[in-house]
Amino acid sequence: MRPMEVIRFALRGLAANRLRSLLTTLGISIGVAAVILLVAVGAGAGDVIQKSIRDLGTNAISVLPRFFTIGIDPENAPIQQRDLTLDDVDALSDPRRAPDILSVSPLVQFPVTLSYRDRSYTIQEFAGSTPSYFGVTNTEVGQGDLWTEAEVATARRVVALGATPAEELFGTADPIGKRIKIGPVPFTVVAVLEARGSLGPVDADDTAVAPITAVQQGLSGYGPLTAIVVQARDEEAVPFAEQQVVSILDEQHDIDDPDDRDYQIFNQASLLEATGVATTTISIMLAAVAGISLVVGGIGIMNIMLVSVTERTREIGIRKAVGAQRGAILSQFLAEAIVLSMIGGTVGVAIGLLGASIDVAGIDPRPVPAAIIGSFLVSVAIGLFFGSYPAARAASLRPIEALRYE
Amino acid sequence: MSLPTADSTLGSVGLPPPVIEVDGIHRTYGEGETAVHALRGVSFTVDVGDYVAIRGASGSGKSTLMNILGCLDAPTSGRYVLEGHDVSRLDDGQQAILRNRRIGFVFQSFNLLRRTSALANVELPMVYARIPRKDRHRRALAALELVGLSDRTHHLPNELSGGQQQRVAVARALVTSPSLVLADEPTGNLDSMSTEEVLVALDHLNVVGRTIVVITHEDQVVAHTKRTIELLDGMIVSDRRTVAVGDRPPRWRADS
Repeated sequence: MRPMEVIRFALRGLAANRLRSLLTTLGISIGVAAVILLVAVGAGAGDVIQKSIRDLGTNAISVLPRFFTIGIDPENAPIQQRDLTLDDVDALSDPRRAPDILSVSPLVQFPVTLSYRDRSYTIQEFAGSTPSYFGVTNTEVGQGDLWTEAEVATARRVVALGATPAEELFGTADPIGKRIKIGPVPFTVVAVLEARGSLGPVDADDTAVAPITAVQQGLSGYGPLTAIVVQARDEEAVPFAEQQVVSILDEQHDIDDPDDRDYQIFNQASLLEATGVATTTISIMLAAVAGISLVVGGIGIMNIMLVSVTERTREIGIRKAVGAQRGAILSQFLAEAIVLSMIGGTVGVAIGLLGASIDVAGIDPRPVPAAIIGSFLVSVAIGLFFGSYPAARAASLRPIEALRYE
Repeated sequence: MSLPTADSTLGSVGLPPPVIEVDGIHRTYGEGETAVHALRGVSFTVDVGDYVAIRGASGSGKSTLMNILGCLDAPTSGRYVLEGHDVSRLDDGQQAILRNRRIGFVFQSFNLLRRTSALANVELPMVYARIPRKDRHRRALAALELVGLSDRTHHLPNELSGGQQQRVAVARALVTSPSLVLADEPTGNLDSMSTEEVLVALDHLNVVGRTIVVITHEDQVVAHTKRTIELLDGMIVSDRRTVAVGDRPPRWRADS
């Protein structure tokens, strides 16, 4: 039998039961659409995270204290820990010892409640730092002027508000020059940072930055630093800058064994890489979950094809009586299953792409070509796989019994 | 139009082999105490151009015989040679080819494909014979004309009367120019008018040289044939010839 005849018979068979064929393809459509959509959402979410990391600057290196809070293994008894201090910042700031480091920003960070008259607002990451922090985090000023080294030197109580707390405290009023309370301490608003926009679930504007001296004096005390943010000369210089950070801090903290380091280093580039891997993994998991619905759709095809074979036993008998060989019957029913799944796949791709054009929770879904092609091919393969058993059953019917079937 | 029969086993030159050679055929359903012996040693030969009625009451084994003759069923024992081919030595695929090229079926219940036009139904065997579309079309139209249905080619089976449906089936049976047309109670579901229509169509086939075996219990059908084989309890009880093989069918009129 010629391929064209096989397809013509298959289409005629499917057209004979339009509603049923339509409902059968629905399962595959939903499966394919789900795979495309979920992978697109995963990719979109990945984009958001990558963007937020990139916004922090890819030449930034973060130094954080290392805590030994997990596990009470006596072999790994807590080492004598030394906090990150302003002394460390000074050491790192030596251009002779650290030629690839452009700037070093100490950072104290904690949650605090801001209040202005009868309004108050709590931010999770109130920051005390130096002006170089604005540079390393790519922060731009929206209104007013950023405070400078002079304010740090004199511990002036001034603050640069992110767009979100500014909005929460002042609404449409002009915040510049107003005195707000940070915790119990009055500060003067000198600047509002340029809005970065919400990046998915993370609000990059939910921040406020004040001179570290003023923060330590009035709020946190002269305790340890939350982190030190180091800016490398440029992206290529990051590995060298990291080396310099390590050697200076090892000396500062009297560390001989790298395993005993009481600090840890993150650079944005490796963070970017790590989150890339993480979001890919999440995308694959989402696709796998959606893939299950594809398989369920395939079982639907098998179910309907089995019903169809039973219903059309007599037709099969007639075809065999006039000389159809096993292969002809097999390919006819297989073609029906594949045509069903291909129609379902095509509709699913259309639905998936349509759905991916809608923004969900600040995430702009990005359709991934591999997911589109892959899910379509998988749907066809599913048609082939789940159609083969009913088709084989049809082909193996004995003509005499098939003809007698009522 | 006829398919070559170069693989015929008959030795004698010039004479075509018999279409059917049946030798000692038994067919038993089931085993042991409950076994049903549908055929108990049936032997006969049908020559080219013959028009044979196989007659018997229900349960006489005539349907079983028809299925065996049509390569739809295999005998428990005995030999069936169709145009020189020993059917028992053929596998499923080869039997399908044999049904396709050498046998045309006409069933009691018509057995046309639903939702499929008369023309497409007649074309069906030729699709499986891989005959090109254009030829298929031409031959199917010719076959429908032969049974007097040129004006019904695009009708669906449910738009045709019983007699017309059965004539479509006759057209389907003859379109591949088979050596043997097997009709199983072809008029069993028809009134006497439609019965006549179908029998005239079969007579016509015989006149143009087709060998026909028709299974029936109706006298009206038997009257059209040249030879009657009577079955009773799975055995042949009589084999009468009314008209010579080479002659016209008894009811044939040149004007019909």
